[in-house]
Amino acid sequence: MVAGEEKGLVLLDFWVSPFAQRCRIALAEKGLACESVEQELLGDKGELLLRSNPVHKKVPVLLHAGRAVCESLVILEYIEDAFPEAMPRLLPADPYARAHARFWADYVDKTVYGIGTRLWKLKGEGRAAARAEMLETLRTLEAELGGKAFFAGEAFGFVDVALIPLTSWFYSYEEHGGFSVQEEFPRLAEWARRCGERESVAKILTKPEDVLDFIGLLKKCYGIVE
Amino acid sequence: MSSPAAVKVIGAFDSPFSHRAEAALRLKGVPYELILEDLRNKSELLLTHNPVHKKVPVLLHGDRAVCESLLIVEYVDEVFDGPALLPADPHERAMARFWSRFLDDKCSKPFWLAMWTDGEAQKGYMKEIKESFALLEAQLEGKRFFGGDTIGLVDIAACGFAHWLGVCEEVSGVILVTDDEFPRLRRWAVEYVSDEKIRACLPDRAVLLEHFSAKKEMFMAMAKSMLPK
Repeated sequence: MVAGEEKGLVLLDFWVSPFAQRCRIALAEKGLACESVEQELLGDKGELLLRSNPVHKKVPVLLHAGRAVCESLVILEYIEDAFPEAMPRLLPADPYARAHARFWADYVDKTVYGIGTRLWKLKGEGRAAARAEMLETLRTLEAELGGKAFFAGEAFGFVDVALIPLTSWFYSYEEHGGFSVQEEFPRLAEWARRCGERESVAKILTKPEDVLDFIGLLKKCYGIVE
Repeated sequence: MSSPAAVKVIGAFDSPFSHRAEAALRLKGVPYELILEDLRNKSELLLTHNPVHKKVPVLLHGDRAVCESLLIVEYVDEVFDGPALLPADPHERAMARFWSRFLDDKCSKPFWLAMWTDGEAQKGYMKEIKESFALLEAQLEGKRFFGGDTIGLVDIAACGFAHWLGVCEEVSGVILVTDDEFPRLRRWAVEYVSDEKIRACLPDRAVLLEHFSAKKEMFMAMAKSMLPK
């Protein structure tokens, strides 16, 4: 734990949000105590959330010393900057390596969740297109990972934190897309297992079956009949 | 390093994203070579160095390639001496990153669609982008630039609304930003494009106007294809 002082960190959270989980994993890895406050997202959003994130009205939001930081990857960078003594560092020191890590975290952000949502929401041609894009994305990530233990090499870092919570959603994507991550992207599957051995990841990730149930609930909300 | 590694930008004339990379280098006083792409016929150089997105800009620094314009700005800030492009305070850095992402994630598409579609859809996008402009207007309260006294990441990220907006308004006939509604944004735009270092890497306005006028039909077709089905 860092110095035992009260850091006053609060995370506006939602149990299944992979974006909130990125923040919780980073904080847990660094031993930074943080109070997680579950938000009501499917009904009326709470006043604290609306006040803290007036622009997007989304989780996660990190509250620190009375100030709000929004957007999960921005929060990850904030944690690095605000707590420079907290180990492990998730971003490397070298600027080029940092740019490389940011690029891949940004790539994950632009692809997985959005494509995955189309995969379960749409049918017919829409779903087929999403399936093709998802396979292309996973192929690209598999290639980038290559034979490394983690995306940056030997150490668990920024890109791993960005992607690992989304692996809970892979089962649902497999079910809707009719493919197998283990068969088609074995390195990615092995990487996910390796990350899952970490206490923070094991504790924080949602079980894949629970994600599938949640998607079932969302479908009901949207009036989608399978 | 015994001698500084060569710096090059693979860019495109009309692109505000390409400008961002150049702006960062010029503000830092870093000399570079500009390699202009014909985006209809992408070069081997571009495709080799940005295989994932195949887009400009790409920063080449020695044997390194950095892609994504906002990441290039951060890289340039970290590697080269000169005025800081991001604030030092962690919370302010987070705010700078937040607003620069806001510009890309929330503003680009509605802006484009407000310019080049018509009818009810156009009205909807116009309302949406104006709401975003109101947020940006509020951010400029009491400040010369989004970055404070000097140009920073958010100003560079917002460059499209400084230089390209007026050209788009002229070509499309859609006026989004007036002195009445967004006085700070208008004043900021003039400040940004007047900066000596920025001006040196902005495309000539008359030429940009000519290019965009010629591409109007294409922009409208592109926008139409971007509408939700």
